[in-house]
Amino acid sequence: MTDAPAAPAPFVGPLADKDRIFTNVHGFQDWGIDAAMKRGDWDNTKKLMEMGQDAIIDTIKASNLRGRGGAGFPTGMKWSFMPKESKDGRPSFLVINADESEPGSCKDREIIRHDPHKLIEGALIAGFAMRARAAYIYIRGEFIYEAKVLFAAVEQAYEKGFIGKNACGSGYDFDVFVHRGAGAYICGEETAQIESIEGKKGQPRLKPPFPAGAGLYGCPTTVNNVESIAVSPTILRRGAAWFNGFGRENNRGTKLFQISGHVNRPCVVEESMSIPFRELIDRHCGGIRGGWDNLLAVIPGGSSVPLVPAKEIMDAPMDFDGLRALGSGLGTAAVIVMDKSTDIVRAISRLSYFYKHESCGQCTPCREGTGWMWRVMERLRTGDADQSEIDMLFNVTKQVEGHTICALGDAAAWPIQGLIRHFRPEIERRINENKGSAPVMEAAE
Amino acid sequence: MADAVHIPDEAETRARWGAFEWTAENAEQAKKVIARYPAGRQQSAVMPLLDLAQRQVGAETQTNGWLPVPVMEYIGRQLDMPYMRVYEVATFYTMYNLAPVGRYHVQVCGTTPCMLRGSDDVFAACKNKGLVKGGTTPDGLFTLTEVECLGACANAPMVQINDDNFEDLTYDSTVAILETLAAGGQPKIGPQIDRQTSAPEGGPTTLKDMVSDNHDYRGDWA
Repeated sequence: MTDAPAAPAPFVGPLADKDRIFTNVHGFQDWGIDAAMKRGDWDNTKKLMEMGQDAIIDTIKASNLRGRGGAGFPTGMKWSFMPKESKDGRPSFLVINADESEPGSCKDREIIRHDPHKLIEGALIAGFAMRARAAYIYIRGEFIYEAKVLFAAVEQAYEKGFIGKNACGSGYDFDVFVHRGAGAYICGEETAQIESIEGKKGQPRLKPPFPAGAGLYGCPTTVNNVESIAVSPTILRRGAAWFNGFGRENNRGTKLFQISGHVNRPCVVEESMSIPFRELIDRHCGGIRGGWDNLLAVIPGGSSVPLVPAKEIMDAPMDFDGLRALGSGLGTAAVIVMDKSTDIVRAISRLSYFYKHESCGQCTPCREGTGWMWRVMERLRTGDADQSEIDMLFNVTKQVEGHTICALGDAAAWPIQGLIRHFRPEIERRINENKGSAPVMEAAE
Repeated sequence: MADAVHIPDEAETRARWGAFEWTAENAEQAKKVIARYPAGRQQSAVMPLLDLAQRQVGAETQTNGWLPVPVMEYIGRQLDMPYMRVYEVATFYTMYNLAPVGRYHVQVCGTTPCMLRGSDDVFAACKNKGLVKGGTTPDGLFTLTEVECLGACANAPMVQINDDNFEDLTYDSTVAILETLAAGGQPKIGPQIDRQTSAPEGGPTTLKDMVSDNHDYRGDWA
């Protein structure tokens, strides 16, 4: 019996500049099409398309790219759900989700304002691979400057003949349209986004039918995040093996990390998946404000994922599985760092207010629950509560979670659950210190 | 809906805005917008047209614009959709102003990433310059709104004033921006500290070749 050769240790950073996909992420250079082409965008895109639809999807599958919008669903598999031919004449659509509104997330903004041609080229490749007739890029309304850049970049691509009729000389017709939102977090949910493009309130649809069967205008539709689409041309050019060379198994590739909060120098940076938290912060953000001993907790993937206490995250790998093992998630890799000066209950309560504000009002548990949870959180913040209310709040989050059409209810519940799980003594302390005055047992409407 | 705005008096609004029509330029733009969507799906254009109308109202009133009911009805007629469907959209999305706002709509982000970096100081600066949350200053210059995450978290805290972002704020830089606007000037857009967009303060830790030159890394690909 021979021992199987040990698998090589995965590469977990730091990433070399030559392996970064978004080379203009900080916008030192022009976003325009001529400058973008000098950086390698739109380089013989026709040749990529000549690989054929199935080979493109197979390459993306083999690259193990997982969707960058938060859920981490394998991108190639998602594309393969689209019908290969239209049996009833309905066209297919690609919708690109640039409704970046998750607190902490600010990566799609950098792609769109500084590297928009990576996105537009990706739209053509992905749209071609899934046999779509057009892409709609749904950009959040508050990205006003970014939308101006994107409209102009699309215009440039049309002028060069890269999109439109006979895109890139491939014989394939493909349009790219930009649709601006107008301020509604919920439109980041794929079916709400489809409703919004159709000119309605952005309220999520019941599934099934899934968008791949009946989405935009009742036609087969795939909704992908900006980053998932924008990395795909580079993956095709450099090969699935290249992309697989970064990160741990099941967590491959490079990723834009967005670090905000109490680090010395917040920034957006592309790094290898699975990079240890400490290395990410020390290398790119100049460390934690006040030193590593001053770290309190981290929300590692945008506001919707539970926080992780300092000692658990310090040396954790920043990837889907590593953070799930800590009871949290990678989400969009929006890393919100909190040091010991943070009023942690207020920080989470403010997120509860966010979800209350953004609930679309369709499902009762979310519409009523988000407001209820926020009001209780505000009382826990000041200690104006009874000890038993901590468990009651926890129970209510469990009743909201999983009982709504979309995941906004879950997203509102998880941060509170994370707080109670890890910082219960802090909540209890506030209640005890407030005991001088009788607790106000008001009915929460 | 305790924080819902008070919709202005209808008779007065109708007298002022009942005859609303696109300017020649916006009529062209509206056609272009509608052409982005498949035939028969013109309802999809309702959001961009509401935005266009709000901007036109803003230009006519020297403010950041709002959407009087007769203007919504006008859009409903153009898109052949019931007025109520337009109203539903206008009330659902936060960027449509249902009541008049000032010359500058000061939208301070108060969500957690900005809160951690000092959005309290930004609100304090606004307050000390006479701005009141949810209200417009008596001179009609500033309307202050607390908004939810605007997606510039690595540059927190931030404020969006009309179409421009001002980022990496402090109490002092917020005051300076408001004073410059009040004096009719144009403050520097973007980060208010020594920083290129979302690169780390003091210079990037990666892609340093890009700073001075549009570097092509393909030569280094193995």
